[in-house]
Amino acid sequence: MLERQTLLDLLTYAFYAGLLAASILVLAAPFLLGVKGRRCVTAAVRSLWLHKMRSFLSVLGIIIGTLAVIVLMAFGEGSMHEALEEIKKQGATNIVITSVKPPEEASTARRSFVARYGLTYDDLRYYQEALGDQVVSILPLRLMPAEVRPVLAGNRMINGRIVGTRPYYAVAFGLENALAEGRFLTEADEAPIPANVAVIGSEIAQTLFPGESPLGKSIKFSGKDRAFVIVGVLKSRHPSTSGAIIEQFNSDVYIPLEASRALLGETQFIRTTGARSAEQVQLHQIIITVREMSQVRPTAEMIREQLSRYHLKSDWDIKIPLDRLEQAERTRTRARILLAAIAGISLLVGGIGIMNIMLASVTERTREIGIRRALGAKRGDITLQFLTEAIVQTTVGGIVGVVLGLLIVLVAPLVAERFFATHLPAKIHVPSIFLAFFFAVAVGVLFGWYPARRASYLDPIEALRHE
Amino acid sequence: MAAVAQVLNLVKHYQMESVTVPALRGVTLTFDRGDFIALMGPSGSGKSTLLNILGCLDRPTSGQYILAGHDVSRLSDDELSEIRGRYLGFIFQSYNLIPQYTVVENIEVPLLYQGRLNAETRRRCIALARMVGLGERLDHRPTQLSGGQQQRVAIARALVNDPEIILADEPTGNLDSKTSEEIMQLLCALNDAGRTIIMVTHENDIAAWARRVVRLRDGLVESDHRIDLAA
Repeated sequence: MLERQTLLDLLTYAFYAGLLAASILVLAAPFLLGVKGRRCVTAAVRSLWLHKMRSFLSVLGIIIGTLAVIVLMAFGEGSMHEALEEIKKQGATNIVITSVKPPEEASTARRSFVARYGLTYDDLRYYQEALGDQVVSILPLRLMPAEVRPVLAGNRMINGRIVGTRPYYAVAFGLENALAEGRFLTEADEAPIPANVAVIGSEIAQTLFPGESPLGKSIKFSGKDRAFVIVGVLKSRHPSTSGAIIEQFNSDVYIPLEASRALLGETQFIRTTGARSAEQVQLHQIIITVREMSQVRPTAEMIREQLSRYHLKSDWDIKIPLDRLEQAERTRTRARILLAAIAGISLLVGGIGIMNIMLASVTERTREIGIRRALGAKRGDITLQFLTEAIVQTTVGGIVGVVLGLLIVLVAPLVAERFFATHLPAKIHVPSIFLAFFFAVAVGVLFGWYPARRASYLDPIEALRHE
Repeated sequence: MAAVAQVLNLVKHYQMESVTVPALRGVTLTFDRGDFIALMGPSGSGKSTLLNILGCLDRPTSGQYILAGHDVSRLSDDELSEIRGRYLGFIFQSYNLIPQYTVVENIEVPLLYQGRLNAETRRRCIALARMVGLGERLDHRPTQLSGGQQQRVAIARALVNDPEIILADEPTGNLDSKTSEEIMQLLCALNDAGRTIIMVTHENDIAAWARRVVRLRDGLVESDHRIDLAA
């Protein structure tokens, strides 16, 4: 699969290189044709300069077209890139197994029972034994919403989430460089006795300890006496929009898994409207990180089999970020094609504008064509002259469009950030520059061809008589 | 004198919808090297048609046209372009300069299409411009010149490819009599220097500058006589 991808990339680059080569060849052609071709170019530039306003208007369509290619591709690429990075951050080599409350437990009739479901320590042990040496890590997570307060200044409070986990969490979620202060959990925090230490998200730090360093301060959770000493603060993380639930990582409190068991026990009491229900979930999530992306699917399949064999209720769910990565890649390809099509249409419209002006110009300069024919110009010379004029227009339009487009791509995000406080992701899509440029040149050839051809087929005698 | 061009039994029909209109009905003429011929005749006599064929801008329906030893009556469009560029020089009634080109660039055009532009030909073009009296206006555009000056540029242009024949279509038709005379003096000087000129005109006093007057009527040669220079 990986090989196919690189092959595809290679082909794509070869394609773009071909486009570039073709456009350079078209542009170099007049110069390869010697003095005649060079005169064509200077004559074209001059006759366009003679009608500045008209030339500008006819080129405007091409400028807008290429600009649209660059800008649309850049913004499309930017947002897709961000989405992909987001997914990659969650780890393309991860398999996420989550505890799910089975439908029958949710029914009102069983409300008074303690609902027991989900992943167990037995599951975790089983994976450690069965997969231990094949995978990079097996990461258990316990999740619990809680009100978080500082031990001192207890009037400050935030609704956060306790995450009981192991030190490897930072690696699995790519947080090694995401610490604002202090450190993440270490193995020394787990054994021999689980330490009451916590790493907090940025929002908790800002709300509970505004304007001071939270390091070394203590926090408590609603209804619990045990205090946790803060050893690390994370930088702000983008919320994850994976799946149905939006995870606000910035209000998380990370504590050692064993410490969370000691703190919370296995049973959670949940207040719902009127009634009190209890759930017992041993582990909320197990994240298995495999070595290679190619191992993700077989391993996930194995786990799925094991789970469906040992869990009587369907109280689990497997999610593979790789799936979403591939889906996002497909979406990106589709979005690219769509954007390219839209931009292509605007270029096409620009081309029609060029053709229109060229036809008018041929009529207007019929006499000039007659003179040139009388003085020895062949049909091909006339075709070349008008074709050159069209290509010069679209090439200039293309260059201006690319430059303006790049400017917009560079400036628009800054403007959006500065004046509208919105994040506008833009990433210059290099192939789109070649693509836009090639299409501008191609539009010149395509739409200049017919008027040029028509000019060359004028009867010299008729043309000379034309007023 | 050796013949530079010859037309034999030249016939040209125009197809106007379903009607065939004869423009030339069998014209045979020989043009000598170094001659100065005036083609005359009322409108519809076929003199323009003959000039177009002589100028290789049109092909005869039947008959032969031999120019500088080539039978050009059956050549392709591209070959005719080549012949025009190499053997013919054109002077038109309305000058027909290319508006976006300067004087020198206009003179260069016939060489451009033969791919013969270089520093040496550029010098030659400048020399020709000087010869027709426009040495001071090399970088002017046609719109900045008077009619007489424009026609001088056209004459220089007609000379640049060292043509076998210069074809002039009413060269003084748009000029006042004083300028006309200057232009005719210039053409005569060229003829004296050995250039062959075929000129279409309907004015007798312009035709009087020529050495030979051919009159056409209804597509046939009506008269053909030499003007006695001594007279």
